[in-house]
Amino acid sequence: MRAQPRYKQDDTVVYIDRSSAPRLLFYGEDLLLEDLPVGTRVIYPKAPMQGLANPEAAIRYALNHPEQSDPLFAQLRPGMRVTIAMDDISLPLPPMRTPDVRQQLLEIVLELLAAHGVDDVHLIVANSLHRRMTAAEIRRMVGSKIYNAFAPDRLYNHDAEDPDGIVNIGHTKHGEVVNLNRRAVESDLVIYLNINLVPMDGGHKSVGVGLCDYATLRAHHEPQTIRDSDSYMDPPRSALAHKCNRIGRVVDEHLNVFHIETALNNRMYDGQMAFISKNEDNYTEFDRLKLEGLKWALSKLPRAAKRKLMQAVPAAYELVACYAGKTEPVHDKILQRNFEQYAVKVRGQCDILVVGIPFISPYNVNSILNPLLVQVMALGYLFNFYRGKPLLKKGGVLVLAHPCHDDWDHEHHPSYIEFFNRLLPETRDSFVLREKYEREFAENPSYIGMYRRGHAYHGAHPFFMCIGARTAGSTSARSSSPARRTRTSPRCSVGSAPTRSARPWRWRRATPARRRRSRCCTCRRSSSPTWSERSWKPAASAPSRRASPSPGADCSCWAGPAFSARSRWPCCCTTSRRSGAST
Amino acid sequence: MSRPTAFYDLEGTLIRTNLVHTLGFFARNQPGLLRSLGKTARTALSVPLFVAADLYSRKVFNSLYFRHYAGQSEDRLRYLAQELFEEVLRPAVFPGAYELLDKARRLGLRQVLVTGALDFTVEALSAHLGFDDCVANRLEFVGRVATGRLLPPVMASATKASWIRCFAEREGINLSDCFAYSDSMSDLPMLAMVGHPAAVNPDMSLRATAERHDWPILNLR
Repeated sequence: MRAQPRYKQDDTVVYIDRSSAPRLLFYGEDLLLEDLPVGTRVIYPKAPMQGLANPEAAIRYALNHPEQSDPLFAQLRPGMRVTIAMDDISLPLPPMRTPDVRQQLLEIVLELLAAHGVDDVHLIVANSLHRRMTAAEIRRMVGSKIYNAFAPDRLYNHDAEDPDGIVNIGHTKHGEVVNLNRRAVESDLVIYLNINLVPMDGGHKSVGVGLCDYATLRAHHEPQTIRDSDSYMDPPRSALAHKCNRIGRVVDEHLNVFHIETALNNRMYDGQMAFISKNEDNYTEFDRLKLEGLKWALSKLPRAAKRKLMQAVPAAYELVACYAGKTEPVHDKILQRNFEQYAVKVRGQCDILVVGIPFISPYNVNSILNPLLVQVMALGYLFNFYRGKPLLKKGGVLVLAHPCHDDWDHEHHPSYIEFFNRLLPETRDSFVLREKYEREFAENPSYIGMYRRGHAYHGAHPFFMCIGARTAGSTSARSSSPARRTRTSPRCSVGSAPTRSARPWRWRRATPARRRRSRCCTCRRSSSPTWSERSWKPAASAPSRRASPSPGADCSCWAGPAFSARSRWPCCCTTSRRSGAST
Repeated sequence: MSRPTAFYDLEGTLIRTNLVHTLGFFARNQPGLLRSLGKTARTALSVPLFVAADLYSRKVFNSLYFRHYAGQSEDRLRYLAQELFEEVLRPAVFPGAYELLDKARRLGLRQVLVTGALDFTVEALSAHLGFDDCVANRLEFVGRVATGRLLPPVMASATKASWIRCFAEREGINLSDCFAYSDSMSDLPMLAMVGHPAAVNPDMSLRATAERHDWPILNLR
């Protein structure tokens, strides 16, 4: 097969050539700057969409022109009981600058309710089995004015373990039990405020999962459902989404839900931190200076301080769309806008996928990304951010960059610690873990106490994380050989994913000497250095980008689909989470 | 094999009062105003000594503390114990304690209270909280008058652990399946011998120990 030259296709898919700058990778709370082999394909997010000029007007328009539903004002009457539920701190990531979009929505909705004489209003954070948000976090999310007016009596976290606060509303036709928050069930109207960041969020998952209890969640957060999902980021092919939809339809039969969904652009960093999202080839001298300064500062700080520093930078997200009305049409429209922003078309799968795992995930905001969550980020999220086919081909190698420290948050993740230290040495089979231990953890009075009275994730939550991470392995396992299957098992991928070059699993920091000996990942042939990390200037002998010989010409192995893709948070998640099919 | 058991410390763990509150209650309910005032003042002045003794040794603390009961009649102590429960102990139960006990009961755990308090002072509370068994310290009475000494075994620190081990052997309980809850570093032996220990409203040293051993830390307040 004749080698095809690889050019920079567009701003989202860039090929490394001899004149390319080193690339930036997240490495937990640190940053890595690495030379990648010539021919490596690097995937960047699309440029942020323009935020709405007048978000308030857009929200009001959505409320007055809902999808397949009466306008909100037409559903209100004095004396009615209304519950407003909203997404918890796991969305968006990282937490956005204030005012949070939920605050913007609440201010308008509450004003509307007050104008129509609706006084019996409760605001519930739909945290499901996630940790309860702290008072400070809720205040930041909804604004001080709303917080002072409603908390703590009428603004609180959902409690999935409150025996008096949960009520059964029926079963799906497949037998899945549907238990929901009593206040929501007994309300005349439930308004759900959603932020949609990944396709598995929103839609029927909002009420059906956010306000449910362990028994309901257990029906779909289980290994077989995850295994049956080709990608749970691709709703039509996700068994998880199908089960959530079934539960959602039962919810719609019993509750009057007015769904408000929003889409944000992907402006995760701006201002002085905007360079993190840029193509490294386009860095200015000042960008390089800032990057070196940040790297130096991070190298001098203890881990806790680094974590604090990195999590202290809020995202500069802007509202790009808001729809309201019936759950399904609203969700369909929001997903379209999400895909417009996030989906990047990638042609062809790769043999080796390199991803840097960042410092944050939905489950460790203001906390530690422990080893179990690293696995979830890698195999549950980053691997699954695709539609069509995964970025990584069957039997391929996933190279993860994260220090994976043995650090645990005793307040937020107590059951994770026991799960990791006691159960994983015995077995990593998520079916066995579920059958043998999940109920023990879920019913452990200590973990229930910490969930209800502290800020701990539910005792069963690590089991959901484990099954989430299984998807990558199971997706590959469907048609790969046992040997290949082992390579993509969670353990190997997180702890010691082997590469053909027998490199350690951690992506080593390239020293100038090492770079001089850098080799093609696939054929082990040497490639000459082109960039000096210290000087950030191309070597004098480096040929121009256009004149550089293609990798295929250098090395026949590049001719096939044997190139490595490098993705970076937010690039990786924002591109591949909604990436167009790679075919 | 018997069903798994949950062992609970009482003071500071399930209720916010401690042994000194109990002593204070008995001191201010002496027959006669002057006697009550004198006993209360003596108890109040002893508090720093109790604190120092507790920091030094639980055994020394017990010998100093229970000496204050010397000379009191058994009838009166038992009579006042019911008032103690109504006025002091029941209002002092942490809100989270009811939830914790309820969840443990639903899980099918046998509930056992293991406390260094006096048996007659916790009987009513034990029944109120629904404990299946209760083991507490017993005051020695001679001629129905308290001597200020405790009958062995004295429930404190390692003795609690020893009692639990004997209890488990007798009942055929696998301690690996058992739970234990305490707020104090002095109960470390008890916590260390079960499979599911948890620090409840812990002091600083127990919190540090719990974090080192990856034990859950509960706040029932």
